[in-house]
Amino acid sequence: MSQISKPKLAVWKFASCDGCQLSLLDCEDDLLAVSQEIEIAHFPEASRAVMKGPYDLSLVEGSITTPHDAERIHKIRRSSKYLITIGACATAGGIQALRNFKDVNEFISIVYATPSFIDTLQKSTPISDHIKVDFELRGCPIDKGQLIEVICAFLKGRKPNTPAHSTCIECKRRGTVCVMVAQGKMCMGPVTHAGCGALCPSYNRGCYGCFGPQETTNTGSLSAQLKKMGANDDEIVRTFRGFNAYAEPFRRESELHDKKNN
Amino acid sequence: MNAPVIIDRDGLNRLISVLVGMGFQVVGPTVRDEAIVYEPLDSIKDLPEGFTDEQDGGIYRLKKRTDKALFGYSVGPHSWKKFLHPPERRLWGAEADGSDFEIKPEKLESPKFAFLGVRACEMHAIAIQDKVFINGKYVDPVYQVRRENAFFIAVNCGQAGGTCFCVSMNTGPNIEEGFDLALTEILDEDHHHFVVEVGSQQGANCLAQLTHRQARSEEVEAAKNIVAQTAQQMGRTLNTTDIKELLYENLEHPRWDEIAERCLSCANCTMVCPTCFCSTVEDVTDITGMHAERWQKWDSCFTMDFTYLHGGEVRASTKSRYRQWLTHKLASWQDQFGSSGCVGCGRCITWCPPAIDFTEEVLQIRDSATQLSEPT
Repeated sequence: MSQISKPKLAVWKFASCDGCQLSLLDCEDDLLAVSQEIEIAHFPEASRAVMKGPYDLSLVEGSITTPHDAERIHKIRRSSKYLITIGACATAGGIQALRNFKDVNEFISIVYATPSFIDTLQKSTPISDHIKVDFELRGCPIDKGQLIEVICAFLKGRKPNTPAHSTCIECKRRGTVCVMVAQGKMCMGPVTHAGCGALCPSYNRGCYGCFGPQETTNTGSLSAQLKKMGANDDEIVRTFRGFNAYAEPFRRESELHDKKNN
Repeated sequence: MNAPVIIDRDGLNRLISVLVGMGFQVVGPTVRDEAIVYEPLDSIKDLPEGFTDEQDGGIYRLKKRTDKALFGYSVGPHSWKKFLHPPERRLWGAEADGSDFEIKPEKLESPKFAFLGVRACEMHAIAIQDKVFINGKYVDPVYQVRRENAFFIAVNCGQAGGTCFCVSMNTGPNIEEGFDLALTEILDEDHHHFVVEVGSQQGANCLAQLTHRQARSEEVEAAKNIVAQTAQQMGRTLNTTDIKELLYENLEHPRWDEIAERCLSCANCTMVCPTCFCSTVEDVTDITGMHAERWQKWDSCFTMDFTYLHGGEVRASTKSRYRQWLTHKLASWQDQFGSSGCVGCGRCITWCPPAIDFTEEVLQIRDSATQLSEPT
């Protein structure tokens, strides 16, 4: 296969911690296979050598938090055939979307010596609020196996296998004992999108909801159960306000328990 | 078959070694992560000695007993289906070859399992899955090879759990058939031994390699009394009278909406159910596109993909999905397979995080049911 005929991949960063981009570098042996099949044309995290667009596939990490980024994402969309957002920041606004529940100007005045230098938006928002996104890959961080799966699927023109059902199914398939039922631990698993392989419960921890809401969330029922188990409203707010705090079902549920709103 | 015999704890331990010597992988109850799960056993030291459980809707707690019983608990989060119908397995692979491709079938290799500690409800659950996987027109070869090679050491329940209702479903607590050996644990101040019934020639052959003696009639009687006592302790009951008609005639009962408010669509009930058998297949390719695989994975009627057809999901609401599941278990299963799909093990009640109680829901529907139609 000649160099020219390889599909071109670009990786873009917005407001984020870079962890999801690192998942691609973390693919190790698979990364070699990826680089043989596709041209990694723009990936500043990995190489200063960048090729001009257009690109066959763009992976976008991070949320939109500045007026500059709100412009930049449109240019990337225009130069990309397919655009996939990766990680909780890009798909839900990320942990930085906690600002969305407060007044960002107050933070700026407290944190920065010269607040007038700061040009930021009131809210941290997912990429799909700004442009058309072809596919959203969930997780904080994303699962590298799922990333390879999505890249393969787009290159071959098939639907990726990234089931949107609950994390509980992953726990049960691997034989993990339910930490909520057997140990009375708070767990977001029943309302959380699968994808991590149910990592935390396999280490006797409740799920933190890193992959965001599953396809059919009943957050109200989970909150009622957490209350029965002894959680108060503040704890429920904190449970839903994690990496996917601004994902619609989690945002709505946390606001129902936020004293500020009641 | 043969008259019941007595073995002691050493005899049970020896039974495990005998089975290992015959090439079996012995699996059974053991304590892990604050529950009693089914995993490989090396000796009776791996059994949950002195443990029991307390169960209720959405609650399971492991507790210490005051004695050294080896089987003093009811069923836990696992069922034997994870061995007979594995949660994830590759069905086949394929390699591209020019413009064609070659299918590489998966080898039908499986450990020979000896299941130690199978309860009456679980024996019934396996018989139900047999109908699905091997007794019909289409046979699942993986289930078949695992099932036909398996050795069953059943155990009569010495106590019922808080969510048990096998008596209502007529599936226990007494072990009746399908076993190679069936044990009843007898534990008092002076004794700790097992009354053993033999159910097959292979069971008799194993027993012949253990120190045992004929059971005295009072010992056989004591074993029967234990099971009779267990039958009196059921944590739940379910009135199954005309249940098929009851459910078919109440598909629009307001209770389904009320259940939907609590149901998380998390699918835990279907995963822990020992008779739920649904699976999905996923096709994957590698990055080169030269190698493809098809995987089978446990699926659930609570996922949206489950009923996805061209244009959308058939059962889009939680109400329709829960109703489908319960109605299938208790009613349409009868039409499909000639028996109930529920064995009264209570797992769906215990392992439901918001504690939706299968038996309570049916009771509520029955109590305010649309009048059953007159027999025609």
